Amino acid sequence: MAMHTPDSGSGSGSGGSGPGRDTLSTVEAAMADGPVAELLLRRLEASDGGLDSAELAAELGMEHQAVVGAVKSLQALGEIIEAELRSTKRWELTAEGEEIAREGSHEARVFRSIPLEGLAQSELMRLPSGKVGFSKAMSNKWIRVDKSAADGPRVFRVVDSMEDEVQRRLQLAQGGQAEKLGEKERSELRKRKLLAEVTLKTYWVSKGSAFSTSISKQETELSPEMISSGSWRDRPFKPYNFLAHGVLPDSGHLHPLLKVRSQFRQIFLEMGFTEMPTDNFIESSFWNFDALFQPQQHPARDQHDTFFLRDPAEALQLPMDYVQRVKRTHSQGGYGSQGYKYTWKLDEARKNLLRTHTTSASARALYRLAQKKPFTPVKYFSIDRVFRNETLDATHLAEFHQIEGVVADHGLTLGHLMGVLREFFTKLGITQLRFKPAYNPYTEPSMEVFSYHQGLKKWVEVGNSGVFRPEMLLPMGLPENVSVIAWGLSLERPTMIKYGINNIRDLVGHKVNLQMVYDSPLCRLDAEPRPPPTQEAA
Amino acid sequence: MPTVSVKRDLLFQALGRTYTDEEFDELCFEFGLELDEITSEKEIISKEQGTVKAAGASDVVLYKIDVPANRYDLLCLEGLVRGLQVFKERKRALVAIGTHDLDTLSGPFTYTAKRPSDIKFKPLNKTKEYTACELMNIYKTDNHLKHYLHIIENKPLYPVIYDSNGVILSMPPIINGDHSRITVNTRNIFIECTGTDFTKAKIVLDIIVTMFSEYCENQFTVEAAEVVFPNGKSSTFPELAYRKEMVRADLINKKVGIRETPENLAKLLTRMYLKSEVIGDGNQIEIEIPPTRADIIHACDIVEDAAIAYGYNNIQMTLPKTYTIANQFPLNKLTELLRYDMAAAGFTEVLTFALCSQEDIADKLGLDISATKAVHISNPKTAEFQVARTTLLPGLLKTIAANRKMPLPLKLFEISDIVIKDSDTDVGAKNYRHLCAVYYNKNPGFEIIHGLLDRIMQLLDVPPGEDKGGYVIKASEGPAFFPGRCAEIFARGQSVGKLGVLHPDVITKFELTMPCSSLEINIGPFL
Repeated sequence: MAMHTPDSGSGSGSGGSGPGRDTLSTVEAAMADGPVAELLLRRLEASDGGLDSAELAAELGMEHQAVVGAVKSLQALGEIIEAELRSTKRWELTAEGEEIAREGSHEARVFRSIPLEGLAQSELMRLPSGKVGFSKAMSNKWIRVDKSAADGPRVFRVVDSMEDEVQRRLQLAQGGQAEKLGEKERSELRKRKLLAEVTLKTYWVSKGSAFSTSISKQETELSPEMISSGSWRDRPFKPYNFLAHGVLPDSGHLHPLLKVRSQFRQIFLEMGFTEMPTDNFIESSFWNFDALFQPQQHPARDQHDTFFLRDPAEALQLPMDYVQRVKRTHSQGGYGSQGYKYTWKLDEARKNLLRTHTTSASARALYRLAQKKPFTPVKYFSIDRVFRNETLDATHLAEFHQIEGVVADHGLTLGHLMGVLREFFTKLGITQLRFKPAYNPYTEPSMEVFSYHQGLKKWVEVGNSGVFRPEMLLPMGLPENVSVIAWGLSLERPTMIKYGINNIRDLVGHKVNLQMVYDSPLCRLDAEPRPPPTQEAA
Repeated sequence: MPTVSVKRDLLFQALGRTYTDEEFDELCFEFGLELDEITSEKEIISKEQGTVKAAGASDVVLYKIDVPANRYDLLCLEGLVRGLQVFKERKRALVAIGTHDLDTLSGPFTYTAKRPSDIKFKPLNKTKEYTACELMNIYKTDNHLKHYLHIIENKPLYPVIYDSNGVILSMPPIINGDHSRITVNTRNIFIECTGTDFTKAKIVLDIIVTMFSEYCENQFTVEAAEVVFPNGKSSTFPELAYRKEMVRADLINKKVGIRETPENLAKLLTRMYLKSEVIGDGNQIEIEIPPTRADIIHACDIVEDAAIAYGYNNIQMTLPKTYTIANQFPLNKLTELLRYDMAAAGFTEVLTFALCSQEDIADKLGLDISATKAVHISNPKTAEFQVARTTLLPGLLKTIAANRKMPLPLKLFEISDIVIKDSDTDVGAKNYRHLCAVYYNKNPGFEIIHGLLDRIMQLLDVPPGEDKGGYVIKASEGPAFFPGRCAEIFARGQSVGKLGVLHPDVITKFELTMPCSSLEINIGPFL
């Protein structure tokens, strides 16, 4: 049921703002088409200048909405009529008001129900108008209560007769003469919810430049028969409402964060980087920390920051030759290093954990590279999950995706690292970069990468980078003159900045709103993002 | 990162010039520091305790500066002590420091261990004496100290330091005694440093005495102390050892990617408080490493200081000439291809957590946890992080539960890793790449999920039938499935997963109300 087609909603679609927009149902509108439109045109021809849609409805004795539907379907045909939207205010009786106009006010009804000998108050209160009517009649001083009566309080008339002003006023308003009432009287009736002011939207209809009373029935859609018979040549067609929305195709959708992941993979592949295997969430402390020359008392190795495993608690195998070189470098130094000078423990290195960074996978890849002789230069990348035993908040989850790039070659410099970073970030649409000295246990020199964010009007950190320490590379067996430059960033953070998402739970995990997934656009990192979505979109 | 507050005007006085806030921010950035906040005591107090209390406070401008954890030497005295406290947060397990008014004590001092009930003294900021047992109880509610109690709690003996008259100086690493508290009248300070990491303790002691010495009557002097160890050996502390490193100028140029003369490089390093001079053949630079620069353990640390002094942002950016051909990791390549075609088949991708509760992967699926071969986390803060998932299904069902208001049917999928214990791998666990899909509607829609399997097999070029590496499904059962509505999937001669209509108990336990069918396979065998 395409909403463009003129036979649905009289072409009003969902973009219309005419009268009765909220209540106009398709059925009513369809009925309005045809006879009502014809009547309207004939009346208009006879009229002097124009006519009012509400008056016409009253004259024809039909629902106003039916006339509105006819007006709109005629409007859709072009210049046949002109319709000007007018709103008028009118006083109308509420359902209770109608009842009172018919049967009298509650107080009057109470008054009338009291016989000369009076009525027990308890009995009076049981009458339909009892409660309201009693207090009103009391304050009008029409009735009184005798509390000393033998069988409980009794109500008596005070006056012989009374004028039911409320009824009179309502009958006046009912006859369309509410204006004759004083402002105070009207507002009193409104407070009693007997009278209401309603806004009526009507059309003032006049002849259009192409006015005609004879409108030939228009076709809604092209059919195979029309094509084969050629009848389409002679038939007029109802215009489409191009303001209406189309019908979205049934389709599946990719997750927005993983669309960004695909783009990052694409960028690395375009730059000639080979993807490292990272399909091992469980890692030993050795590969996660020790191999990176991260000392065993480093705070990152604390229970507060890292998820350790109870089962399997320890790594079963470690490359023991290499482990010995790592141990020596930590505890005694070597390869030009002083080392950390502490007692390095194998038990500590065996402790299994959920990897805290994908650099553990990079360490494995570099170790494998070092075993291949002769050395060949490589460019590696990975994007995968990492885990931190962190305090969770709007921007931190216990797991997130890390993006990592690594280049190993003879004679790489800090200038090379910055050059690669510039190309990488340019592909992300980030061109304004600056570099800040930083501290990282396994890179030296280390630099944080900042980019100027136009929206936030400040420099924001977009990544961390550095040159791997010789104490990490040389024990692996890499040649001495080979340098390894590396950088990393999270996948979530740039995605949140780019799409203006403030809470990471709106992007990752089972609590994500599927509508957000359905509605997410293509990921084009180098294109300008649209402004952040408003709250209602979420 | 430690943060220190510095009075701006005193800082500018020390620096010999003034800066605008922006200029100072830029200067910090170049140096690897971060100007975190510009504030005043008045502002801080009014923010924390309201404007009334702040009325009398100073409105001298304060700079709050973030200092990276390796450069604690950069901090001034007050900042350093504070910074070190932050640095040591959680780390009193390694090193604890005590500073005392020496004139209230008399040496020699004894560092020993006593039963908690035998230790009794008046600690800092208290008005009466307590036993160590009492103190440990009192400090349980102390927001600052409670974090350190675990270091000695439950040990039979507690460490304690006495002077020759039996006065308690401190009970490291928890609290110092009140007796030797430093006051404005203190003229002689005794610094003690205890720890479980000897190297770290020496470094901390060196830095503390260096910083204090700046404020001595005779600036930069310190009196050494002899320490006799239990084995009878004795050493003198602080060591305050200066070390010389020799680095070739061309090495620095090569590592940074600049071309500076050896003389210039020596100047740059000297500017970083590393006194350097060109010696030998004119290409060698000799660098003196002061005891305060414990972070310098390799030539690469010197290279970094040279690069910082040169200015990272002044370095010429160049592209490495490294020529390489890119390859995708085959499992990820297959995953990417399948994701696109799963979406083309009308299913929507979700991204759920790899960690979850035991309940998610066992109880809710009608399984016993021991049957899952899941890896268990030893220190989860909440039940959400008890295990690594062994199946993707719970994540998908939880996604549906969070989206019950969405129009039906819901067709979801995820391709991601699960983890199973496996003693054949080095760490004892292995990832498997799973594909899971669910159909949730007023009818179970088994035929839809079955059709999806047929489509996946078509995409993977696996023909129907048991021969020639084809695939079949065979009636099976599982606690997660409705009886008689579960089949096992065999492909390329092995079982790769299951599909079926979920058991009503599973649906209920995941707080769902509609029938649901699911499919989960391992895609590894299709590589």
